[in-house]
Amino acid sequence: MIDALGRSVLTVLVAIGAGIIAGLARVGRVAKFAARTVAAAFTPPFYPGRFFEQCAHIGWFSLPVVGLTAIFTGAALAQQIYTGGSRFNAQSTVPAIVVIGMVRELAPVLVGLMVAGRVSSAMAAELGTMRVTEQLDALATLRTDAYRYLVAPRLFAAVLTLPLMVLLANAIGILGGYLLSVHKLGFNAAGYLATTRSILEFSDVMMSVVKAGVFGFFIALMGCYHGYDARGGAAGVGRATTDAVVSAFVLILFSNLLITILAFG
Amino acid sequence: MGEPKIKLCDVAKTFGSNAVLCGVNLSIEPGESVVIIGGSGTGKSVMLKCILGLLQPDAGSILIDGREIVGLRPREMEAVRAKFGMLFQGGALFDSLPIWRNVTFGITRGRSTDAARMRKVAEENLERVGLDRKIVNLRPSELSGGMQKRVALARAIAPRPEIIFFDEPTTGLDPIKADVINDLITSLVKDLGVTALTITHDMASARKIAHRVAMLYQGRIIWHGPRDRLYDSGNPYVDQFVQGRADGPIQ
Repeated sequence: MIDALGRSVLTVLVAIGAGIIAGLARVGRVAKFAARTVAAAFTPPFYPGRFFEQCAHIGWFSLPVVGLTAIFTGAALAQQIYTGGSRFNAQSTVPAIVVIGMVRELAPVLVGLMVAGRVSSAMAAELGTMRVTEQLDALATLRTDAYRYLVAPRLFAAVLTLPLMVLLANAIGILGGYLLSVHKLGFNAAGYLATTRSILEFSDVMMSVVKAGVFGFFIALMGCYHGYDARGGAAGVGRATTDAVVSAFVLILFSNLLITILAFG
Repeated sequence: MGEPKIKLCDVAKTFGSNAVLCGVNLSIEPGESVVIIGGSGTGKSVMLKCILGLLQPDAGSILIDGREIVGLRPREMEAVRAKFGMLFQGGALFDSLPIWRNVTFGITRGRSTDAARMRKVAEENLERVGLDRKIVNLRPSELSGGMQKRVALARAIAPRPEIIFFDEPTTGLDPIKADVINDLITSLVKDLGVTALTITHDMASARKIAHRVAMLYQGRIIWHGPRDRLYDSGNPYVDQFVQGRADGPIQ
């Protein structure tokens, strides 16, 4: 009886241990992948053309979805603060909370998630297809390092363009809140803008930019890592795509919390 | 004879609990065309990938022009790969690039330099494999399977490698197109003096392009000999394979 109990406890412990080791091994593989990419990016040959192409893919073509997300969220946020604030006569806090909420939290996170959905999946699908059709092997036989040619341009383009997009989303989100407050809730236009300007600090914008850079890094890293490692034909590419998006989402939300706590905790 | 171009000694490779190569020994002379035959899943592609440095063997040594390549650092391996060209089974053309950039990729290594000259180089190499120079601006997806394979061959020969690997070059082609590829391989060996190592299931192709044939079975080379001996090898495994019989020692 005790023997059987001991054995089942042992089985559970073994399973937990195996899970932890597998998890750590995966973290190690991702870290190695990132390190190889960064190392490759700083040794010739360089691919500026590929880098700008990726900036267009990740940044420029994401602008519509980023703009829509920001303007809708900014407007909805203003309405919620107004309704909630009216319960204790604090309607006047709308401009202040819209600007802080958008810049510090909502714009980076929502842009990060939207771009992750668009870009991580596309990267994983493209690299995964290249893996299963032997294009990555062909690249190696043609003496071209996949880290340098494919991964590094994506990683650096994402780290650069995400902050730019988030800066834009900040402005559009504030505009959304402004439009709804002035035209629907009856705020004074000049007063709204004056409050927004007086509340917003440089450190808030910095926070926004830092978060965006980190999210951009995770978006490209997860897309490329899962695509590069894809195995097993079309099904494998599908799996890689899903894994890329899910892991990018989780990393964005987790690192957002971590950065917020580190900055304000 | 001088130093072999490629020499494999006791090369072994295991995936998990599956031993794919269990001590492969093979030596290929410069300018020689060797064909490897063997059933599906006997490790032929794994062997090629080990020579190309895409996979690291678990044991054994691989010499290229007398130089050990097992355990080379990525940078050094890149330099050795300048000697290799590889025709992949599915072509493995880069579908995001036009044909001319595919063909010259081994020269430009992906950089977009000197476009006018590279187009010319692409046209010359396409003509060598019997393709019209007008296709240089098309994308791989706009070509038929046979044409893709020939473009892939043009890409493999464009940097003028000393050694070319062919992974099932005639699979999926009709008999006439397959023979065109066979002629191309033969002429590369004869005219350009390249060393060729080919994997195939296609016995007609093997008979045509090989100087020497080797059979891989259960991770080992169980027989090798000149092409003319292929049909009277005296080896029951080879006999069963080349005659395509379901009954015999190979199950």
